[in-house]
Amino acid sequence: MMTKKASSSSNARPSKSKNPKFLWTRKDLVGLDELSSEEIVHVLDTAVSFQEVSTRSIKKIPALRGKVVALLFFEDSTRTRMSFELAASRLSADTVFLSGKGSSTSKGETTLDTVRNVEAMGVDVFVIRHSQSGAPHQLVDKVNVPIVNAGDGPHEHPTQALLDIFTIRQKLGTLEGVRVAIVGDIAHSRVARSNIIGLRKLGAEVVVVGPPTLVPATITAMGCEISHSLDDILGEVDVINMLRIQFERFSSNLFPSLREYSSLFGMNADRLSKCRKDVLIMHPGPINRGVELTSEVADGPNSCILQQVTNGLAVRMAVLYLVSQSRH
Amino acid sequence: MRKKLTAEQVQTALDTLYGAVEKQLPSDRPIAVIGIRTRGEILAARLVERMGREHPELSINHGVLDITFYRDDLSRRRGAPLVRATEIDFDIDDTWMLLVDDVLATGRSIRAALGAIHDFGRPQVVRLAVLIDRGGRELPIAADFIGKKLTAGPDTRIQVRLREHDDKEGVFLVECASE
Repeated sequence: MMTKKASSSSNARPSKSKNPKFLWTRKDLVGLDELSSEEIVHVLDTAVSFQEVSTRSIKKIPALRGKVVALLFFEDSTRTRMSFELAASRLSADTVFLSGKGSSTSKGETTLDTVRNVEAMGVDVFVIRHSQSGAPHQLVDKVNVPIVNAGDGPHEHPTQALLDIFTIRQKLGTLEGVRVAIVGDIAHSRVARSNIIGLRKLGAEVVVVGPPTLVPATITAMGCEISHSLDDILGEVDVINMLRIQFERFSSNLFPSLREYSSLFGMNADRLSKCRKDVLIMHPGPINRGVELTSEVADGPNSCILQQVTNGLAVRMAVLYLVSQSRH
Repeated sequence: MRKKLTAEQVQTALDTLYGAVEKQLPSDRPIAVIGIRTRGEILAARLVERMGREHPELSINHGVLDITFYRDDLSRRRGAPLVRATEIDFDIDDTWMLLVDDVLATGRSIRAALGAIHDFGRPQVVRLAVLIDRGGRELPIAADFIGKKLTAGPDTRIQVRLREHDDKEGVFLVECASE
C-alpha cells in the first residue's frame, strides 16, 4: 500500500480480480437467456475496464485493430447503431454498415444470403438488428464469425439490458436483492424481456407495471411479479425503468389515450415524491417527454438516463471485445 | 514448480532494485511510477511507498497499467480473461517515468506498455525497473534497473509470487509442459 504522502492524485492500489480464472469462450451474444450469471458478471466487469478508455485524451485502444465489425440493421436504429459504431472505433476496428432500407434486402434477398455475402467480404464480427424474433439465433450456426444481437423483434436486446444492469450495479453496488420496476409496454418490449432475464439471474427482484393490455399474465413465468398500478409500488422499489411507448402502436387500441396512459403510468414529480429518496429513474430512450416521464423527472437528480447512454458504450466495447476473443 | 528465490531473497532483490532507482531519481521534474498489472503493480506500490517515506520532498505520482489490449498476441489466445482498468489519473507529459514489472523476458509486455503509455501522453524519459531479468529477449528492449538476474531454459517460466496477491512470496520455476 502506498502512502498519501507519496501520491497526490492516484487511487491505484493492488487488488484481486473477482474471478481471475474465468475465461469467456462464447462466440456469440444473441440473448441473456443463454448466458450464465457468471458470464453476465464477466461482461460487466470487463466493461468497467473500458470505462476508463473514454476518459483518455486519445480514446482508442488497439484491441481490435485490423478487424472489421459489420453492423447489419435490418430494422432502424439511431442510438444503438451509433453506440456500437463508436464502441468499435474505440477498439480500433473498422466498421461497415448495412441498413435494411435501400439495400439488397429491399430487392428480395434473404437475411441469410445477405449475411453470407457480407461474411464473404471478410468481416470479423456481426452486429445484427432485425424485426423478426430469433433472426440472430438462426444465423449463429450458419456463419463462422461472432454474432451480437442488437435487438430482434420483441424478443431480446441483450446489450441494452446489460447496460441497464451495469448502471444499476454502478449506482447501488449490487444487484442482489435490488427491487426493480419495469413500466410500460411489457408485452412488446425486448428491453423488458432481456432486463427481466438478466436481473433475475443476478438475484434482483422484478415487478412489471402496466395496463393489462400491455402486460401478459404469463410473464410471471419469467420470475417477475405484476402490478397494474404504478402508484402501488412506488415506495417499495429501488429502480424504476420506464419503457418507451411506441407511438406506432397507438392505432391498435392497447390503451384508450396517451393522456390516460400518462396519468396512470407516467413518472412525474408527484409520484417521484412518493418513491424512496434515492430511487433510480431509468429509460432506454428515446424519451417521449410528457408521456413516460415529465421533464422534471427526466432531468432531475434521480435520473440516470444519460449515464445509461455513457455506460452503453463501455458495455458494447466489452461485448465486441469478448466475442472477438472467443476463438471458437 | 521449484523455488528459486525465498521471500528474503525477493526482499534483497527489491532492495537492490530500489537502491539502483533511488540513485537516479530526479528532483527537478515530476516522477511517475507505473506498475504493469498484476505483479508489477504490487512492486510499484512497494517502491512508491518507500520513496515517499525516504524522500518526502519528491513529487511522485503512481499509476497502474493494464496492457492486455496492447499485446501483440491478443488474437492468438483462446478465450478472454478479465481485463482490469488502467489507472493513470494524472498528466504524464514531461514526467520522469518509471515502468515497473516483475519479470523481463521477451520484452513484448514492455513494448505493449510503451504503446499504451504513448496513448496517455509524452513522458520526458521512460525507465524500466524489473525485479527479475531472465534473458530471452525477442525485441530490442533492456531494463535500466534490475533486482536480480536469473537464467532459465526456454521451456521454463519464471513466476514471481507476492504476498499482496498470492498470499505467499517467492520466485518459482515452472516447466511449461507441466502446466
